[in-house]
Amino acid sequence: MINAGVVTVSYIAATILFILALGGLSNQETARRGNWYGIIGMTIALLATVLGVVTQNYLELVAALVVGGSIGLLLAKRVQMTEMPELVAILHSLVGLAAVMVGYANFMDPSVHFTGVELTIHDIETYLGILIGAVTFSGSVIAFGKLSGRIGGKPLTLPGRHLFNLGLLIATIWFGREFVIQSAAGGGLTPLLIMTGIALLFGIHMVMAIGGADMPVVVSMLNSYSGWAASATGFMLNNDLLIVTGALVGSSGAILSYIMCRAMNRKFLSVIAGGFGTGGGSAAAGGSSEDQGEVVPISADETAELLANAKEVMIIPGYGMAVAQAQHIVYEITSSLRAKGVNVRFGIHPVAGRMPGHMNVLLAEAKVPYDIVFEMDEINEDFPKVDVSVVIGANDIVNPSALDEPDSPIAGMPVLECWKGTTSIVLKRSMATGYAGVQNPLFFKDNTRMLFGDAKETLDAVFKAL
Amino acid sequence: MKIGVPKEIYAGERRVATTPDVVTELKKLGFEVAIEAGAGSAASYTDAAYAAAGCEIVKKAADIWKHSDIVLKVRAPDSKESKLLRSDQTLISFLWPAQNPDMLKDLTDRGVTAMAMDSIPRISRAQKMDALSSMANIGGYRAVIEAAQHFGRFFTGQITAAGKVPPAKVLVIGAGVAGLAAIGAAKSMGAIVRSFDTRPEVKEQVESMDAEFLLLDFDDEDGSGEGGYAKTMSDEFIKAEMALFAEQAKDVDIIITTALIPGKPAPKLITADMVHSMKEGSVVVDLAAEQGGNCELTERDQVVVRDGVSIIGYTDLPSRLAAQSSQLYGTNLRHLLTELTPEKDGEIVVNMEDEVIRGATICTGGETTWPPPAPKLSAAPKKAEPAPAPVAVVEEKKSAAGPIIAAAVGGLALLGLGAVAPPSFMAHFTVFVLACFIGYMVIWNVSPALHTPLMSVTNAISSIIVIGALIQISSDDSTIKWIAVVTLLITSINIAGGFAVTRRMLEMFRK
Repeated sequence: MINAGVVTVSYIAATILFILALGGLSNQETARRGNWYGIIGMTIALLATVLGVVTQNYLELVAALVVGGSIGLLLAKRVQMTEMPELVAILHSLVGLAAVMVGYANFMDPSVHFTGVELTIHDIETYLGILIGAVTFSGSVIAFGKLSGRIGGKPLTLPGRHLFNLGLLIATIWFGREFVIQSAAGGGLTPLLIMTGIALLFGIHMVMAIGGADMPVVVSMLNSYSGWAASATGFMLNNDLLIVTGALVGSSGAILSYIMCRAMNRKFLSVIAGGFGTGGGSAAAGGSSEDQGEVVPISADETAELLANAKEVMIIPGYGMAVAQAQHIVYEITSSLRAKGVNVRFGIHPVAGRMPGHMNVLLAEAKVPYDIVFEMDEINEDFPKVDVSVVIGANDIVNPSALDEPDSPIAGMPVLECWKGTTSIVLKRSMATGYAGVQNPLFFKDNTRMLFGDAKETLDAVFKAL
Repeated sequence: MKIGVPKEIYAGERRVATTPDVVTELKKLGFEVAIEAGAGSAASYTDAAYAAAGCEIVKKAADIWKHSDIVLKVRAPDSKESKLLRSDQTLISFLWPAQNPDMLKDLTDRGVTAMAMDSIPRISRAQKMDALSSMANIGGYRAVIEAAQHFGRFFTGQITAAGKVPPAKVLVIGAGVAGLAAIGAAKSMGAIVRSFDTRPEVKEQVESMDAEFLLLDFDDEDGSGEGGYAKTMSDEFIKAEMALFAEQAKDVDIIITTALIPGKPAPKLITADMVHSMKEGSVVVDLAAEQGGNCELTERDQVVVRDGVSIIGYTDLPSRLAAQSSQLYGTNLRHLLTELTPEKDGEIVVNMEDEVIRGATICTGGETTWPPPAPKLSAAPKKAEPAPAPVAVVEEKKSAAGPIIAAAVGGLALLGLGAVAPPSFMAHFTVFVLACFIGYMVIWNVSPALHTPLMSVTNAISSIIVIGALIQISSDDSTIKWIAVVTLLITSINIAGGFAVTRRMLEMFRK
């Protein structure tokens, strides 16, 4: 077949292609090419390994590749764009599971021989790889459950959960020590199994304790973990390609988590500690929610009239738009308004939806051109010039109390300042609070009109009236 | 209960307290409505239209006053009218209790429940009942129309075959409701509009209407009084302000003044000298004529021409747009009646616990209840409280120490690792650290719009863990082999799924 040197060179090529793939995502024009770099890189890595390392069992190999690949392609084809967060979560869980299995297989492999410090380090690498893999796996499965609605979105807050987590951590370290000692004597399977159980439990508990609004952070964090798991596996297998790729993915996820946390003005640790949006938080905000005044409802016809007479329209989508599958009708309205010369733009908050960039993907699916879709920082200054802002199924991301009320649970979180425009129209099913459980003074502002009802149906009515 | 609407008897008053549309709404609240014949004719609402809305047409005014439980009016009742009121009746109207103490005493003695539309507190909840704002809005609009009537040129600039026409320049003093309405009207007619106000918070509102806000070269003194009104300013401020007006008077064609301070005569802002300095054919519209006028030369209810400048002192501008003002005023009244009939059964409940109703009620059951306790809410928020600052300082101190400790701990841990780890590990470790940095650099460049494709593509790439399975698949140990096969299966789902879905998403992004 091919020799080890060629395999290494192929790995270097794959590494570079992966870096280029991520770099390509810096803008929409190069993104498609970036994806192809990723595909080519992966193909080169696979071919080099198959040709250079694998010596037998080709039948099983090809069967597994074909079956797995077909399932993957089918999933990718079938998935609704609104279900992207779920798909990403479940795919993360597969990486975690793979890391666990590779770890165990490596541990059981009699052909791997180390002694002394090298053995200790190898054992720690194995242990860490399985640990991170297991946490990623169970955490992602729970995240999938929560995102797809199979498990309730409310955070589970067990009494003494911080102590519980601390206990799990200490147990993990202690079993790690046991594992290293026993492994030196030729055993070690028992502590490894116990640790896997603990890690799975920890993953479940961690994600269960996190509320729906924090899901973007969780999804990016699990993305990061899946990278670290690959990296740890790379250390274990002495494989630089895995180490580099894992580190790339790990830091990518970590940066996304950081961006999401910053967009919510929350500390990463407090997101992980969980319990946000329990509804208990509303008691704290209760003081200011009294006597907010009255909301002024508006009909679909009046909305259409306002939109048709506006010059500058800003649409602010939130998770509610995804739930109602309203992105297509939003596009219809947008194109009909643009045909009339109305400047329609979209303002996207970084944590709108359940995944970083979730809204952009939905709008892209509905054929909204990406050059009228803007990030919060790009357009927040423009609101005083906006005639009509349409808030579709969003709440906390347009809450003025984040800026006005220092006591508010969301104080300091950057928000889209749509109330500075002439009129804001808020589409909402009811007057319920958002995930943060905070009442939204925007609804009671004089220049806010409420359009109640299912986002899709009301927008259909608006479109007809246009 | 029965609502009665008499014809306004004040000379020149064209407005009426209800319109056919409002009658329909009032009937939904359970009221019966009667109106004096011809009450709406000056505002272009015919008796037939009222009758069609289900309103009873009554020939004689006396019958209205006699048979109604609630009387709706625009102007305060004169002495003859108030004689017709009884203790079981409720009167809702503009009443101006501060200016009409005798009337207030008379109504109190009669035991009438009287609600003054001018005393409704200016809080957010009561905006829909705020008849003063409704009327001021109309006044501001009408002021521009009157100005246009007396101004001999276009408002808008034009370049025609017959030559170039410069746009008119309009100065609006006082950017309250009337001022803003005047700005809007003048702007939409094409004039260049400037505005001045002592309250700095209105700058944003003026600029939002595309008008220029004139600033004084003066230490900022906040002219905001309680309830969103202006207050009297210091002498130096007034001096600076007058200098500004004198300079502007030479330049502008039209001055519209709307400056009022509650409970005081209107401030004199435009002197005779300033009028003299204005161009021939210019117009001054004084919306404060009722309170003595902002211009020294204003004559109440008259249009006078001084030095070629028309000075308009009409005090009945809303009445000059009677159909519009009747409709808005009637709607304000209807909103108040909605508040008064929580059960929608046509029976009013004067709930003195309610801030709005308490504020509007000037006398009831033989007692004077005016003035009410002052409302506390200003229309504009006060400057932010500095209270949260100390908390932030404490946090900052904490976070400043944090990174140093973290770096020290991290550094020590790395040194410790370097001391014991074998070289082969350290080689991998170097690669790892460098890769983290490359990741860090590359990812910050990713457009936030592409975060979802980023996640799916990183997800596909992280399936590189498949290499681990491929290394193990050739093992002779069948357990290991089968574990590797399963791993290969699931990672290939991930590879194919991740790349394919990324591709699908990226295809959708288009210009």
